Formats: sequence, structure tokens, C-alpha cells
Amino acid sequence: MKMLGAQIVIECLKKEGVKHIFGYPGGVVLNIFDFLYDDKDIQLILTRHEQGAVHAADGYARSTGKPGVALVTSGPGATNTVTGIATAYMDSIPIIVFSGQVPTKLIGNDAFQEADIVGITRPCTKHNYLVKDVKDLARIIREAFYIATSGRPGPVLIDLPKDVTSDKTQFVWPEHVSLRGYNPKYEGNKWMIKQAAHAIQKAKRAVIIAGGGVIHSAATKELKELAEYTQIPVIMTLMGLGAFPGTHKLALGMPGMHGSYYANMAIQNSDLLIAVGMRFDDRVTGRINDFAPHAKIIHIDIDPSSIRKNVRVDIPIVGDARRVLKGLVNVLKEEEAKNQWDEIRKAWLKQINKWKKEHPLSYEYDENVIKPQFVVEKLYELTKGDAIVATEVGQNQMWAAQFFKLSRPRSWLTSGGLGTMGYGFPAAMGAQVAHPDKTVIDIAGDGSIQMNIQELATCVLYKLPVKVAILNNGYLGMVRQWQELFFKERYSYSHLDTVPDFVKVAEAYGAVGLRAEHPSEVEPVIKEALKVKDRPVFMDFIVDWKEKVFPMVPAGAAIHEMMFGEEKKSKKEQKLRAVK
Amino acid sequence: MRHTISVLVENKFGVLTRVAGLFSGRGYNIESLSVGETIDPQLSIMTIVTTGDDQIIEQITKQLNKLIDVIKVVDLTEIDHVEREMVLVKVAPKQEDKAEVLRLTEIFRGRVVDSSPRTYTVEITGDEKKIEAFIELMKPFGIKEFVRTGKIAIAREGVKK
Repeated sequence: MKMLGAQIVIECLKKEGVKHIFGYPGGVVLNIFDFLYDDKDIQLILTRHEQGAVHAADGYARSTGKPGVALVTSGPGATNTVTGIATAYMDSIPIIVFSGQVPTKLIGNDAFQEADIVGITRPCTKHNYLVKDVKDLARIIREAFYIATSGRPGPVLIDLPKDVTSDKTQFVWPEHVSLRGYNPKYEGNKWMIKQAAHAIQKAKRAVIIAGGGVIHSAATKELKELAEYTQIPVIMTLMGLGAFPGTHKLALGMPGMHGSYYANMAIQNSDLLIAVGMRFDDRVTGRINDFAPHAKIIHIDIDPSSIRKNVRVDIPIVGDARRVLKGLVNVLKEEEAKNQWDEIRKAWLKQINKWKKEHPLSYEYDENVIKPQFVVEKLYELTKGDAIVATEVGQNQMWAAQFFKLSRPRSWLTSGGLGTMGYGFPAAMGAQVAHPDKTVIDIAGDGSIQMNIQELATCVLYKLPVKVAILNNGYLGMVRQWQELFFKERYSYSHLDTVPDFVKVAEAYGAVGLRAEHPSEVEPVIKEALKVKDRPVFMDFIVDWKEKVFPMVPAGAAIHEMMFGEEKKSKKEQKLRAVK
Repeated sequence: MRHTISVLVENKFGVLTRVAGLFSGRGYNIESLSVGETIDPQLSIMTIVTTGDDQIIEQITKQLNKLIDVIKVVDLTEIDHVEREMVLVKVAPKQEDKAEVLRLTEIFRGRVVDSSPRTYTVEITGDEKKIEAFIELMKPFGIKEFVRTGKIAIAREGVKK
């Protein structure tokens, strides 16, 4: 049967099992939107900004593991997606962005709402396409989904000129994808896996660093098995949070710039580092020459270019995290059934526990002013940790990472690589679309939330009860923190001066607005917010603007060179609030 | 160190930009690049000359391999191969030097492909050293301009890639 290109797009999406699209209409995509108008299987979520649409698709993907889809028009519609695409690219998130394009005959003519979006997004997509002939359309969409979701996942953009979507052709859904230049390697080299197993057997002070790749490859079970079997403690990067239960006795939290003291010390003193699905980002390694100076490094990653990009690697294993970990556990079990792991690790785990006691993640509770960490702790406590947590970027993100102990994968939405302010709220919205019955929280700052605040309207329209906890300190807090510590307290343009009344903003959109100005109001406000099931909630927490994120490794320092903030008062005076 | 990398790619629009963009985006250097169709018209070969330490070259190779449209990457530096480059040199010798220019052209097995009352345009093919030697020799006679193709290279038969 002959079909219009626009209809082929919709049919392909159905074949891929897509139920939701996030999008915004415009001139050259009207014919696609026309087919969506009375479609029963696919719902389009009309966001208020194309950036919001892409972040929502990203949040949808992170929380489900399925690709997220966005559909926008040409020109400004397309360019507005760039930040969202770059965010997904840095964090390896599978999304497909369909952008409209002016008719092929007009391309290059500076036509109305024309932008070379394929050129613009080339460096921030895993791959992108300009469809020039409707006959290629189905094949390209099929390839795009395959590329986005296989190997190291990532965003793919498909640019659809108007004449292509209004042209007709026979619709043929290609059963197979064949790309001779793209063959991701999933199985790890057996010999290398054996080498890794031997290194684990020899190591006295081993530590695992799990990254986002563990979540992408659904390797949490295998990771837990390896850690528990060999009694090796697990550090999770910002992207890896949720890959291993945060409350597990072997969990050491996050490494790096705002990582825990004990995670960083474990790395610096280890004799074996088992890095899984992480890429040694500069925020993790600190000064690279002094990173893990005594450790042999095993690096497991599906992307060969991640290996030896930043650090020397002794045992590289290219492959899918789940399969490699599984292989590794099998080899260990076969070869060393009698190995007394508990005995081998005893001294090391004892040392780590000592570090844990020396500097637990903590803050000083104050009876009169709300500490932002206290809000995060309360959110954790009152949801019993059973929530999908999104964050914006900056202090809010770090406090959320430190104090919300995630227990499950795919319950953490944060822009780790690109560090995109304005990401959290639309991402939370996307996750709420996928999980209508779950509690979805965006932990935000008063700066970040204003970068995509318009999505309140979307949440109201679709009755998405996203809870936004605004840690309102009137500042761009992380910038302020750096200025205080490294720029002689010269707060150049980090004070926002006017912050809107977030309660009124929420109410103006038809959402619920709540405020807490005193520590005693935090719990009631959260409880009130958690009751709301039919609309978004803004919780405006007026927090201590002086609060800083600690520990902190200054830029350019080695990760054991940590700052802990003001000298603590006597142990008795301070109320340590380390989460058990 | 300098490396000559041979990249087999899909012969599609936009592939050259992907490859060039990879180099510029990651701060790698391209000394020369030449592209042409292969025996299979759906494929092209790019010969790229670049410099970098081992780690950079390893990254370049891996990053090239990551591009969907790249089918195969071979660092020819590591294997026995033949390389050639062509240059067109426009020289404007004095009357009394003309014979010497022609003699040198012959020694280099070059050809005069254009001549005017004041100039000769000489075509020379060879490896880089030969091209550079010829340019050096022509300099005293007055080179008006020259254009180089950039290197192309092929592995010797029987060499395992």
C-alpha cells in the first residue's frame, strides 16, 4: 500500500513500540501532526518548548530503558533541541529526534525557518540523517532506532524535509538492519576476562567503580553478585547512582569532586580498580597524574574509545557490562571456589570503615534555618526512597546525589556530562509520563528551575504530578560557592536579585505551590506535596544561602586533597546527619 | 609522530564533514587528506596524514571507527605500504635557467604539463621526500606557486591489514 511519508513516520514509530512522543508543531511538520491528530496508539505530549520536549524524551528513556522520541519543526524548533541532544549524547541516552526541514528544493536557500540541523547536531549525535527520498524513510527510521539503542546508546536525529513527508511510496518495514560500518562488540574477550579474574584474586585492596554503563546494560544483578561474592566495595559515579543499592554495606557513594571521603580514599589507596561502564571523567579523576597511583586498572566498557582516553589501563575489556561481569563472576567461581574472600578483604574493609567514620557525609543541622541537605534527607525519608529523582545542576544536584540513597537503577535523572541547568524538571515530566503512578521528584535550585519553568503548563495539562523541591537560596549556589572559596568572596553575578514567588508562579499555572521557611515546616510541606496526584507541585524551600557542598576537591587537585568546610564544633555539639 | 591512516568509508554526502569534524572537534591535526572513490562506487577511501603521540593516534583510530559511515580504519604507518603524492609546480626561470629546470624535471621523472613564454608548470609524482626535494631545487629558479594533492597510500600486496 502506498503511504505518505508522514504516515510512514507514524507507522514506523508504532513498529518500534513507541507510545509517547514529546513535541511541538510548526509549519513543515503539520502533515505529520495531522496523522497524530486522531491516532489511537501514539499520544503526543505537547510541551511548551522544544528543549523541554527533548529533555522529557531523555527522562522517559532514562527511567524506562526504552528510546525517547521527540518531534519538532524546522529552524528554531530544531535549534531549540540542541541542548537536549547534547545532554543525551554526553550521558549516552537513546533518544530519536525528528526535526522538520524545508522542502529539499529550498535547502540551502536560507528559506523561512531553515537551519542546517544535521550540520549543527553532527558533533552531538551518535548519528544523524537528512532524508532526501521518501523511499529511504522507513529504512532510516529503523536504522536510527537500532543505532540509538545498541552498543553505547546515544541520540539520533532525523531531519525530514517537507516534500519527503508529503511524498508517497510503498511502505516496507525492513526486518533487518545492516550497517557494515557499525558492529558493536558485546562479548568481552575471554582471555582478558581471565586476566581480570586473576587480578581480582591477587588484589588486597580492590574497589569497583560503576558508571552509567551498568545501568544501560541492565547489569545491576551481575554487579551485585560480583561485589558480594568477592567482597569488593562499590563506588558509583554520578551516572552510576542506582546501579548498586546506596544503603548496601559495600556501597561507598560517589567519587570525585564532591564524592565521599571514603570513596576517594578507597580509590587512592587501592591496588586494583575495576571500572565498569564509566569513562574517567575529569570530575571523577581530579588531577589525573595522581589518580589511583597504586592501582592496576581493569576497564570494562562497550565503547573502545573510552578505554585509555584519560587514564592508563592494564586490563581493557571491550564489551557489554552485563555479559562481561557475568563472565567474570563465572570464571571466579570456577577457578577459586575455595578462596576465602572475607578473610582477604578483612583489613581493607576495616580500613574503609575507619574512613567512613572519620568523615561521613554530614552537615550541621540548624534549628532556625533550613539546611538544603535536610530537605533532601526528608524527601528520602518520607518517600522511603521509593521515587524517581531528577535533579537540576549545581549544588542541588550534588546534595541530591549525596543524601538521596538510591536503591534501584533507572530512578535517577541527572545531566552528568553536559551539566545542563533546566534539565531536571522536563526530564521528571518525561519520567512521569512513563510511570504515571510513581512519585517523581525534581530536586531543583531557584536558578535552574527558571530555565524550563514553562513546562509547568505541560504538567498541568496532562495532570502529571511531578514534585519540584526548589532549594531556594537566591543564588546560583555552586557559582557562589566557587566565588567564596576561590574568588575572595566576590560574588560576581551569582546573586539572582529577583527570584519570583514560586508559590504564585505555580498557582498561576494551575499547579500547587507550597512554601517552607522554617525547618519545622519542611516535613508538613513534603507530606502535603506527596498527597497531590493530579497536578504538579512546587515546594519552595527557603534554605540557608551560605551552605556549601562538601567534601570538595578543588579543580586541579588530586582526589584525596579534599576540603571539608569550616572546622567542626566539638563532636557533641554537632548533630551528624549521616544517612545510615 | 606522523601517521598515514587509510579510512574506508561509505560514499555518501556528509561523510567527509563527519571525519573532518571529528578532527577539528577533538583538536587533532590534519596535515593532508585526500578522498576518492574505490573499485566499489559505494565506497570511498580517505588517506589522512596526521601527527600525535601513541595515545592520540589510538584515539583518532578509535574515534574514526566509531563513526557509523566508517567501515575500516588502517594505520598504514605500522605496515609496509606504498605512498604517492603529486605536485604541480609553476616555475618562472630566467631564460638562461630554462634548460636546467627541464633537466631537473627529467631527473625527477616529471613532466611539463603547461608552458608559457615566462613559465613552466611541472608535474612530479612520488613520495613526500621526492616532492619536497624537487620543490627545494626549484626555489632558486623562482616558484610562482605550487599545488599538492596530499598523500595517497596503499598497503603492499600480501601484507596483513
